[in-house]
Amino acid sequence: MAELQSVRVAYGQALAEYGAVNDRVVVLDADVSASTQSHLFGSKFPSRFFNVGIAEPGMVDMAVGLALGGKIPFVNTFAFLLAFRAAEQIRTCVAYSRVDVKLAAHYAGLSDSFDGPTHQSISDVAAMRGLPDLAVVIPADATEARLAVKAVAEYPGPVYLRLNRNEVPVLFDESHPFQIGKGVTLRDGGDVTLICTGMMVSRTLEAAEALRGMGIDARVLELHTIKPLDSELVIQAARETSCVVTTEEHSVIGGLGSAVAETLAEEFPVPVVRVGIRDRFAETGPYFDLLDRYGMAVADVVSAAKRAIGMKKEC
Amino acid sequence: MSQPSASVPLVGSDRHHTEQVILDLEKRAREIRRTVVSMVYGVGSGHPGGSLSATDILTSLFFHQLRLDPTNPCWEDRDRFILSKGHAAPALYASLAMRGFFPVEELSTFRRLDSRLQGHPDRNKTPGVEMTAGALGHGLAIGAGLALSARLDGRSFRSYVLMGDGELQAGVVWEGAMMASKYRLDNLTAIVDFNGVQLDGMVADIMPLDPLADKWRAFGWHVLEIDGHNLRQVLEALDEVPKLHAKPTVIIAHTIKGKGVSYMENKSAWHGRAPTPEQYDQAMADLAEPEANRG
Repeated sequence: MAELQSVRVAYGQALAEYGAVNDRVVVLDADVSASTQSHLFGSKFPSRFFNVGIAEPGMVDMAVGLALGGKIPFVNTFAFLLAFRAAEQIRTCVAYSRVDVKLAAHYAGLSDSFDGPTHQSISDVAAMRGLPDLAVVIPADATEARLAVKAVAEYPGPVYLRLNRNEVPVLFDESHPFQIGKGVTLRDGGDVTLICTGMMVSRTLEAAEALRGMGIDARVLELHTIKPLDSELVIQAARETSCVVTTEEHSVIGGLGSAVAETLAEEFPVPVVRVGIRDRFAETGPYFDLLDRYGMAVADVVSAAKRAIGMKKEC
Repeated sequence: MSQPSASVPLVGSDRHHTEQVILDLEKRAREIRRTVVSMVYGVGSGHPGGSLSATDILTSLFFHQLRLDPTNPCWEDRDRFILSKGHAAPALYASLAMRGFFPVEELSTFRRLDSRLQGHPDRNKTPGVEMTAGALGHGLAIGAGLALSARLDGRSFRSYVLMGDGELQAGVVWEGAMMASKYRLDNLTAIVDFNGVQLDGMVADIMPLDPLADKWRAFGWHVLEIDGHNLRQVLEALDEVPKLHAKPTVIIAHTIKGKGVSYMENKSAWHGRAPTPEQYDQAMADLAEPEANRG
């Protein structure tokens, strides 16, 4: 198994490093800086770090003011609090107002596994993806989290950056191309396309390997950017493999699976099978066990691929 | 609709509150009020009540206090004004147009298709609008962020946030109040248009705010209380603010919803509705220049 590295530590270190090269960056947190690792920036640049307490809507609004004053604010808290408690701030004052605030949404998916469904975040992408003019980015590993900091800071517009709490397999090295809005082909194949994001990238690559052993050539696309979606890459894959599976650590409603299905339904209809949480809340438990229990095991990806292939038109 | 004239000069830039300065500002305020009623009447929708209660405050800010350059709306050192009670857009638009940010003729496009003057302010469409507003409660924390950015960069501009009273029922306002207090933002000024009336009725009935001044003091703010329709008091309060240090300042301006239009005053029904032709004529008579009244 690949080496494991903490996504949040990679993010926190990268933010502190980037803070040294770009003095417009300011960082806000809502009393979870020890969790989000934004404290690494805070101890290096105390005058540019603002811990506002448990006040997520106010934090987003204050970040809006800082951005209007020329700063590049990174707002940090748990994903469910940003996407839901501060949703109206993000809708009105960030997205509609087109104010360049960077929303770092931590502990996303089931990654805050032991804290349970109050802290897990399985619907945040659905909420954020529905907002015009807001980009949604989900790094797959520690390397992408590091690369995302600079890319997000320099992206011309607000971004929802969805981050995993845990140590997850390292997939990429620093030479990995990471450009917001641009999908990455990780594996070629002609029988089915597996489109994955976030933590599910590593599991999807494992599934592709297992499928190979069954004589199935699976293409694997990583879409770290859910919005703007790299629809060209998705449509090309649908055209060339005639069926698609999406995998994500999120509800099957409103996330990557929805984005891909919507695009293909209009542009190039092929069977799409979505792997993710089947419209229910999860529970407390070890992270990898929860992923298995709630429909995101490697075996779930394998059977979804077989099902998608079985649904192809026979002609 | 009747077009406002752009002929009244910017008054009081010498900061002296002479009798003439006050008279000129009062004249300007009447003109803005007439324009507000005309805009709402013209399109058949909008929010006259809270626009008229805020008019004297907006007049004092835009025609006396704020350091602005209408020919360069993005001047980095301009004072920042955020209208948090975005439904007072007609009064803001009238002030901006008369201050020279865009042609006064454009005011008649308010709320119409293809207009730069949206139903609530949009920073990306209207010159001089610092921040999009309409959903209530945002302005104070945003103003705190702006004031903080000024301090980080060593800039001398001041940030002003005009809020409604009903808006203070929103929890996020008090998050912003704590933030401004924690960071000792004495370059931030909040103004409460305390007209006592909100969409559904009286503030005191729906969710009381009293004791409002004590609330702000308890949150670590300097508090000034004034009659928000007495221009001399408004100017003096705005002059007093820069002398108050180490804490942000709130000016609680006691006002009358619908101020100046007899049948609108203190009526929640006039929070958001347009007058009939007869009511429009009555409003214009109510808001006529005193000389005309005498004649």
